[in-house]
Amino acid sequence: MLRYVIEPGFFASGPVHIALAVGTVIAVTSAVVGVFTVTRGQSFAGHSLADIATTGGSGAFLIGINQFWGYLAFGAGAAAFMEMIGIQRRRGRDVATGVVLGAALGLAALFLYLGTQYSTTTGASFTILFGSMFVLTPSTVPVLITSALIALATVLVLARVLLLTSLSPDLAAARGVPVRAVGAAYLMALAVSVSLSAVIIGAVLSTALLIGPAATALRVAKGPVQAAAVAAAIGVAATWLGILLAYDSYYWPPAGRGWPVSFFVVTLITGGYLISYLRPGGRPAPVPAEPEHACSVALC
Amino acid sequence: MFSSFMLNTWVAGTAVAVIAGVAGFFAVLRGSTFAAHAIPNGAFAGAAGATLLGLNPFVGLAAFSVAGALGIAALSRRARSDVATALTFVMMLGVGALFVSWSTQYAQEAYSLLFGEVFGVSAAEVRPIVVLGAVSVAAIMVMFRPLLLSSALPEVAEARGVPPRRMELAFLLVMALATSMTVPVVGALLMFSLMIGPAAAARSLTARPGLAMTLSVLIALVTVWVAIAASYQSNWPLGFFVGVIGAAFFLAGKAFSWARGKSENTVRLAARSLR
Repeated sequence: MLRYVIEPGFFASGPVHIALAVGTVIAVTSAVVGVFTVTRGQSFAGHSLADIATTGGSGAFLIGINQFWGYLAFGAGAAAFMEMIGIQRRRGRDVATGVVLGAALGLAALFLYLGTQYSTTTGASFTILFGSMFVLTPSTVPVLITSALIALATVLVLARVLLLTSLSPDLAAARGVPVRAVGAAYLMALAVSVSLSAVIIGAVLSTALLIGPAATALRVAKGPVQAAAVAAAIGVAATWLGILLAYDSYYWPPAGRGWPVSFFVVTLITGGYLISYLRPGGRPAPVPAEPEHACSVALC
Repeated sequence: MFSSFMLNTWVAGTAVAVIAGVAGFFAVLRGSTFAAHAIPNGAFAGAAGATLLGLNPFVGLAAFSVAGALGIAALSRRARSDVATALTFVMMLGVGALFVSWSTQYAQEAYSLLFGEVFGVSAAEVRPIVVLGAVSVAAIMVMFRPLLLSSALPEVAEARGVPPRRMELAFLLVMALATSMTVPVVGALLMFSLMIGPAAAARSLTARPGLAMTLSVLIALVTVWVAIAASYQSNWPLGFFVGVIGAAFFLAGKAFSWARGKSENTVRLAARSLR
């Protein structure tokens, strides 16, 4: 019975071990950072930073340095630029994000064009969107985990002031919290965590793991600590199940060469969110449309 | 550059700029930038599915962009719209990844769907763009006043009997319609850049809604024309020039409004012009 659920060899496969380990670290980091992203209404920034980081990856590939640094440099640079042109104001936020994203995507078009011209890489644009979890090399794993932990630690250290500045910037400012500096530090942590996950799992899955578990957790959890814990659990569960199903699907129809991990993880995360959404007697939307005016149900 | 081979490119580019200028003005005013990114990009998955089934990619693009608009509107009813958009978007792309993994020849086409293939456009490809562009611009013109009111002052609009959710859905559907047909020619990414940069620049230049929309169309036209010419000369991709020129216009607009020393308040002026 068990061998139909878990394809033989699942626990013996080296790539699966790495995928599980790295996937877990990314899922936990994304989920915890995501709780603040959803509370602050910065989902678009989170997704854009992943897209922009992949542009950096193709740029680094072009000039022949390690792609990892390209991802990180573009992610952090874009975060700084968004902060400069007005992401801290609620009204201008999505426009500032959109302009930076538009310019970065233009650069991506150029990098890919130059890259394919000189090296004949087919499907480069596809990797940008979807990444590939099974092609991790063991040498990049330690750097990756360290950076993820730094991003996670930054957010945890800032957690209390972040919550306060997210829910009531005026109150925070009155208490002497440097609201803008805290926002900038948070955006940097978001950029690092998102560009790391974009390296490995692609921009799509990175956004799914950032927003989905956190949004679900904020619906069901009481208080921010519980929300972070529930989000991390959902993220890890979806990642593990997704990897397992992708491994199982190796002989599934119609193509007979495995369904993508990203499809499974995204479906599981969205499914989880819809269940919390449709649950009878479920809590109302945890964060009101304009959090400046009202306190969030889940976080007060 | 102005040979008959390029004629369709100029026509398609001009039509796309007009659509993007009009739709982008409202996308920026309503703060629907994320939806403007998600719908054309997610629709790309529909093209993959249609190719897999042997259908015309247009069918898949239209189906997925409308489904995306409906999904965002449905989820927004009980959640923040950015979360609703993010989840709808990743779900569409997740399905797209599945379609692509099933098909064998799709990866090469992905580049042109994302970044466009604007040179060597056939007359058959131009026609749906022009027709659908005219339809969606006309739809926005018909809805202009209620849409402006519900974008600028949702509460007042509701009190006057303009249902905000229905307005949101109507706007998303028009945007879906407008973008789905342009994706194969100009690419999902370029369509997005063209909607946001010029419209945001126009908003920094003037607070009057009618003038801002006209300026948004004009800036989009200049962006596309310069980009086509530059791309033709340099052979670099069109998307690069559109993205960079659009962002440059936005920064110039920001600098202008900063030098003038006034913060933009389209919302208040839109409200006053409607009273």
